[in-house]
Amino acid sequence: MKRLFCVVLGIFLLTGCAKKPEEQNTITFWHWMTDRQKAFEELAKKYEEQTGIKVKVDLYAPSDAYTQRIIASAQAKVLPDIYGILDKKEIFASFIDSGFVADLTAEFAKDNSEWEKAIFPKAIDVNRFTEGNIYKVKPGIYGVPIDVTNIQMLYNKKLLEKAGIKKAPKTFDEFLAAIEALKRVGITGMVSGWGELWMLDCFASNYAFNIMGEDKIMATYRGEVPYTDPDWIKVFNVFKTLREKGAFIDGIVTKLNKYSEQDFALERAAFSFNGSWCVNVYKDMNPNLQYGAMLPPAIESTFPLKIWGGAGSSFVVNNNSSRKDKAIAFLKWVTAKEQQAYLAQETKNLPSNRQALSSIPEILSDFAGVMDQTTHPTIWSHNENPLVAERYIKGIQSIIIGEKTPEQVAKEVQEIKEKELKKLRKE
Amino acid sequence: MSTNPATARRNLLFKDNFESFAFILPAVIIFSVFYIYPFFETFALSMQKWNGISLHRTFIWFNNFIDLKDDKIWWNALGHAGYVTFIALTLQNALAFALALACDREIRMKRFYRVVFFLPPVLSEVVVGLIWQWILYAGKQDGQHIGLLNHFLDKTGFSHLIHSWLSDPDTALTCIAVVHSWKGFGWGFIILLAGLQTIDRQLYEAAKVDGAGSWRVLRNVTIPMMIPVIFDVIVLTILGSMQVFVLIISLLGNGLGDHTDVPVTRIFSAMTGTNQFGYACAQGVTFGLILIFVSFTFKKLSTKLKQA
Repeated sequence: MKRLFCVVLGIFLLTGCAKKPEEQNTITFWHWMTDRQKAFEELAKKYEEQTGIKVKVDLYAPSDAYTQRIIASAQAKVLPDIYGILDKKEIFASFIDSGFVADLTAEFAKDNSEWEKAIFPKAIDVNRFTEGNIYKVKPGIYGVPIDVTNIQMLYNKKLLEKAGIKKAPKTFDEFLAAIEALKRVGITGMVSGWGELWMLDCFASNYAFNIMGEDKIMATYRGEVPYTDPDWIKVFNVFKTLREKGAFIDGIVTKLNKYSEQDFALERAAFSFNGSWCVNVYKDMNPNLQYGAMLPPAIESTFPLKIWGGAGSSFVVNNNSSRKDKAIAFLKWVTAKEQQAYLAQETKNLPSNRQALSSIPEILSDFAGVMDQTTHPTIWSHNENPLVAERYIKGIQSIIIGEKTPEQVAKEVQEIKEKELKKLRKE
Repeated sequence: MSTNPATARRNLLFKDNFESFAFILPAVIIFSVFYIYPFFETFALSMQKWNGISLHRTFIWFNNFIDLKDDKIWWNALGHAGYVTFIALTLQNALAFALALACDREIRMKRFYRVVFFLPPVLSEVVVGLIWQWILYAGKQDGQHIGLLNHFLDKTGFSHLIHSWLSDPDTALTCIAVVHSWKGFGWGFIILLAGLQTIDRQLYEAAKVDGAGSWRVLRNVTIPMMIPVIFDVIVLTILGSMQVFVLIISLLGNGLGDHTDVPVTRIFSAMTGTNQFGYACAQGVTFGLILIFVSFTFKKLSTKLKQA
């Protein structure tokens, strides 16, 4: 009896550990976008019909949890064939440095760079490491953007009309006047998901570009310009002014973007600072919502106001996967015109393939029209030290809740900056 | 061939020992893999500089701990956790004790109350956070408050008390502490009720025969008999409240500036926000040691009081 048990157990163990033959024809794809799961599954089905390759689409949401899963899987060396890195460029570089990401430069260059040419250059740039990059990563393209995005200001046409505002404001003064007019008729001015710190960082960064330009921002990150500089004080003052004018919805600093989307969709605020993905979200929450997109109103005219944008969601291929080629082939197929048009129609996101732009809904054209004005931390030459960035954003939160002045915040951020610079010099 | 009796005894002893070790081996392996190894790995990481992904780790001795010593935000966060714990120890446990006392008596529907009081701890912290987020919501639509609390205050003539509960540094942490206490009092209630039911009823009867009123019975019989249980509840409350985390995330996302930071959110932020795995581990080790110290102090105090 014991022998029989051992034999059965042995058979189970051997068969259980053996690689299934169909595994070579199955690629795994991990993503974080709840609203796109159905569309991805449809595409996977279609791909299997066409090629016989099965694509296992696994959703891990929200994005924070997804990031944790990817980091843990990298540490345990159990990454899937295709995955996304939703982290800072420095971490992206570490993934490449540790051999977790395949270099796709040669693939993009094939057939006279046909693949690369089809995709928005700004979306490719997010996945590109240039010659002499500060992360010391071998220059090349390491990711595939499957859609593009940008973050702008949205306005509710009906609410603006109710306040007697005929046109969406273009300058900061016009914006403040609109806020006043809205307040007079009891409508809240602006909402955004600033409980998610990166969105607050994004808004502040828009104005930093407008007030001092990219060179001075990069010089600050390098430690050559202090945060106590008058231009940085001006950036902090944007939030003080908006607060004093009563522009913000109650609780904006702790509001998650999901709830801010709900507020705008249910017409609780006239303006919302949100990304192009919102089109899909608002469609579900309030199909009758009448809204438009505009750039955040500029304060200065010397430097252009730049908004964050580029690749919406990019995916990389696991360099250690035995199905690397199959994974690349799938990503090529997903970014082809037909599949991109399908994704744009189904998910109301901007396609990364420019040839598929003709099939996008009207509101998305407002977003697509300003792709030239986009920038993103992942394409900047330098990024701020994370500890300084944390203090900077939390400082802005303090200004919004009226706890600190712009000057106090500037001083505090600069203190951390100097401490970190000192550490860096020691190393 | 006969075996030497001493050898036979040794063999028997060895077999006995081998069997005993074989039985505890799976537990030892599991404990070593999931507790001892991670502990040493965490300690080792706390002396390294590492971003969580890179193959390069730099050994920096105790530098992370030295940085932690000067990290005002960390110590403030520890203070915030202390505040939440203080509210939990007083409000939560007082409520739990009062309700346990009520349910220990012969009252109608006491089984129903037991189930109701134990409901909040069963709910997920995320669900609790979302429910309370709606209750404490500060926004308006068409001039009407949407949040339940502000709506109630508005309708009952207390509109001067209407507030942005979760966005005001003066109230945000207290809201967290109150919600945490609401969610946690059921545990204390169950443990205290179980403790109350172990007290010999004859003691109460004897006290009554001696002419003791309810207050004296509580002071001279119930509380002294409950001391060990009360201390257990205190230690559990401290451990649970100092490590509050999910509730903060679900109520406030990334928090309100530094005002709602607690040690676990700082550890999480160091790991995911600023990618300082080594520093996060140093925070974890320090926090763990603080909790061990507090737990042992209370344990000792409990033993002393029991002896007295």
